[in-house]
Amino acid sequence: MLIRKNDALPINTVTPSRRGFLKAGVVAGAGLVIGWHLPSGRITSAQAAEAGSPFEGYIRISPENKVTVLAAHLDMGQGIYTGTATLVAEELEADWSQMEVEGGYGNPKLYGNLAFGGKFQGTGGSTATMSSFDRYRRAGATARVMLVSAAAKQWNVPAGEIAVSKGVVSHSSGKKATFGELAEAAAKETPPADVTLKDAGAWTLIGNADLRRLDSPAKTTGQQTFTLDVKLPGMLYAVVQRPPLFGGKVKSFDATAAKQVKGVVDVVEIPRGVAVVADSTWNAMAGRKALKVEWDDSAAEKRGTPELMAEYKKLAAGKEAAVARNDGDAAAAMKSAAKVISAEFEFPYLAHAAMEPLDAVARKDGDNIEIWGGHQMPDLYQGIAAGIAETTPDKIVLHVMMTGGSFGRRAVGDGDVIAEAVSTAKAIGWKAPVKVVWTREDDMTGGRYRPMYFHKMQAGIDGAGKLVAWQHRIVGQSIMSDGPFAGFIQNGVDPTSVEGASTLPYAVPNIHVDLVTTKVGVPVLWWRSVGSTHTAYSTEVLIDEVAQAAGQDPIAFRLAMLGDKPRHKAVLEKVKEASGWGQAMEKGKGRGVAVAESFGSYVAQVVDVSVNNGAIKVERVICAVDCGTAVNPDVIKAQMEGGIGYGLSAILKGEITLKDGLVEQTNFDGYEVLHLDEMPEVEVHILPSKEGPTGVGEPGVPPIGPAVANAVFAATGKRIRLLPMSKFDWKSA
Amino acid sequence: MITLKVNGQDRQVDVDPATPLLWVLRDTIGLTGTKYGCGIAACGACTVHMDGQPTRSCSVTVGDVGAASITTIEAIESKAAKAVQTAWQKLDVVQCGYCQSGQIMAATALLESNPKPTQEDVEAAMTNICRCATYQRIKTAVNEAARIMEG
Repeated sequence: MLIRKNDALPINTVTPSRRGFLKAGVVAGAGLVIGWHLPSGRITSAQAAEAGSPFEGYIRISPENKVTVLAAHLDMGQGIYTGTATLVAEELEADWSQMEVEGGYGNPKLYGNLAFGGKFQGTGGSTATMSSFDRYRRAGATARVMLVSAAAKQWNVPAGEIAVSKGVVSHSSGKKATFGELAEAAAKETPPADVTLKDAGAWTLIGNADLRRLDSPAKTTGQQTFTLDVKLPGMLYAVVQRPPLFGGKVKSFDATAAKQVKGVVDVVEIPRGVAVVADSTWNAMAGRKALKVEWDDSAAEKRGTPELMAEYKKLAAGKEAAVARNDGDAAAAMKSAAKVISAEFEFPYLAHAAMEPLDAVARKDGDNIEIWGGHQMPDLYQGIAAGIAETTPDKIVLHVMMTGGSFGRRAVGDGDVIAEAVSTAKAIGWKAPVKVVWTREDDMTGGRYRPMYFHKMQAGIDGAGKLVAWQHRIVGQSIMSDGPFAGFIQNGVDPTSVEGASTLPYAVPNIHVDLVTTKVGVPVLWWRSVGSTHTAYSTEVLIDEVAQAAGQDPIAFRLAMLGDKPRHKAVLEKVKEASGWGQAMEKGKGRGVAVAESFGSYVAQVVDVSVNNGAIKVERVICAVDCGTAVNPDVIKAQMEGGIGYGLSAILKGEITLKDGLVEQTNFDGYEVLHLDEMPEVEVHILPSKEGPTGVGEPGVPPIGPAVANAVFAATGKRIRLLPMSKFDWKSA
Repeated sequence: MITLKVNGQDRQVDVDPATPLLWVLRDTIGLTGTKYGCGIAACGACTVHMDGQPTRSCSVTVGDVGAASITTIEAIESKAAKAVQTAWQKLDVVQCGYCQSGQIMAATALLESNPKPTQEDVEAAMTNICRCATYQRIKTAVNEAARIMEG
């Protein structure tokens, strides 16, 4: 049941048909391959263009009776390898114990993310299960039909009399065979033109809460190989000295002392800084300490976060903004409202701080460049690596590694550590494989943060307590403005800056949402749940305040305003019932609610807190999620628990600050994160659904912040509008 | 040359005595189950047992290890260790799994010295960081492991 890494697997050498419809082939020693899996994914653009079938490159069945699924999505902990295997095994009628998964890549036709138009492969936006749901079930069903067909010929019985169950193909005559025994013959069968998928009622694995993760054994015994654990013959280790200021550049460097450090082999300049290459990670780090670099800071960002926030506040009061949503006439309705509530929110920069630091290994092998890494956007990284290595993308061989967290951090438009590893290997003349490792300090101070934001809002209530006007201005950096995603920006609005705000679900007749995009030299990036990290907070805290002003119960008020949003309402109803909403709370304790849609999933949470001398303790979270069809219920629960913990870390104490352009937090001692003793009791309810599956990796995050804030209000009467909550000034508030 | 006693074997390593044990285990000896997370003993991903005590190997130099016996995730086999691994797998504690070697080493050390920990004991002993926030399942799994050990 181990999920093996690519380099341990035999290379397939199926020659693709020039006509492009060969869907199966015999591979020496590798049994049945549904479609061709090119040798380590080496695929030319011509071959990619030929791949016309969704059944190609998804499943390999070995003579040893192992079923290896080639997953389109990186597993960074969210459990998509288990999910993809579930989809295949369900239709293939495989035994769970024979399933293995490895990362596929190199062909957008096969692995392109359907949520991104199917044009390129990528893991993000909580889309993996949605994108995989049909294609991997179909692949499993196709393989099953071909195995049955092969058995029918061997046994000389009608295919219709053959049964497949738990990895065994059998006939009433007593004949039976494993997948592995039939694989080679099955490979010669013509793939069926179409297959019929099981009805949901017949599923035994999809929706089965008792199914265990495929990666648990390896990850509980120290056997799981991450990129950091890759060791190749002759491999060297490198750390990179990057400019301390964002936007700085190397002016000159003196490697004399660094080169005298034991084990240091090379000190080379690369586009991102100066790489110190040594015979061990520690020696590379020691060498870097001795390195002297003079920086050109002429174009660097030198402002601190207090100055930036002051500027954001000025911009929020200005006239210039790009409109993200405009219903009715919010300005006029606000003027005639009986009561207006104004609120301003401040959100800090946040680091992702995944446990496995950024890392990648690069090696030249003949004409190919091999890269081991957490390849969250494989096609893009092939292109970037090819550019650096002055070759073509088909010569870039990726090893998609099981990855120690990402939360968005490994989906980077410029390839980041992937580019650094290739650049470093190239700079030392490709003489050895090189592993580039970021230290925790590199990670914490290296940028790519969740942007800092300022929100300025107004809500207008009429004489009857009805919300009639809503104005929402967001000020902050654009995540997509630089790099390959800039095309997503429409009319000056980066959708990731306003999602959750422009999609306010409440029935308000007059809504105006606009955006001021700032130019700051601090690199920013998507961070688990992206725009909803801040928009869910500001909208759900303000809605709570409006409910209070209207003298209504927070849940009842929301339900009344969600007339045409049945899925929002259903999760709210569920947490209302499961939490004992409405019960009296002890003094010093409070209960709060929030609901948010993100990535097609609907999540409501009711939070109980106690507040003692300003210390907020989150005691319990009742969570309801509607993510459509629940493929792996226990994984969904784990993602909700994890999203809640990740969100709590940020809203309670997460903050990256800059002073004169320098990041002030360098490690987990300064950038504080949630620990076990702060984790609340979490109870997750998955709503039954016949809809297609939607995201779960991110949607657990958005409601937790506002639900805590609303619970703190219930306990103390204070509204926290400045994050993290550890900065809240209880005395003057 | 420094001699280290790792997983019951004497290992000769030719490194600077100031090198942290973590990097010698990983890069020199090749035991990669022990992870690097912070380098300042804040996260616990590098937890090993040193004479049975949970120890953050990023912050112990090989020069300071002396004759102490080092056990890594690859070689734990006590009753407590087996119970912990069984409970972790039964409850599917792991997500990304990167911190879990350290979590399991911490939990095993706890149960070896205190087979029936209270919730406060668990909270005091399990200070390792998990960014996937698998904490609820870790708490449950430690209790489950204690139950298995009684079993």
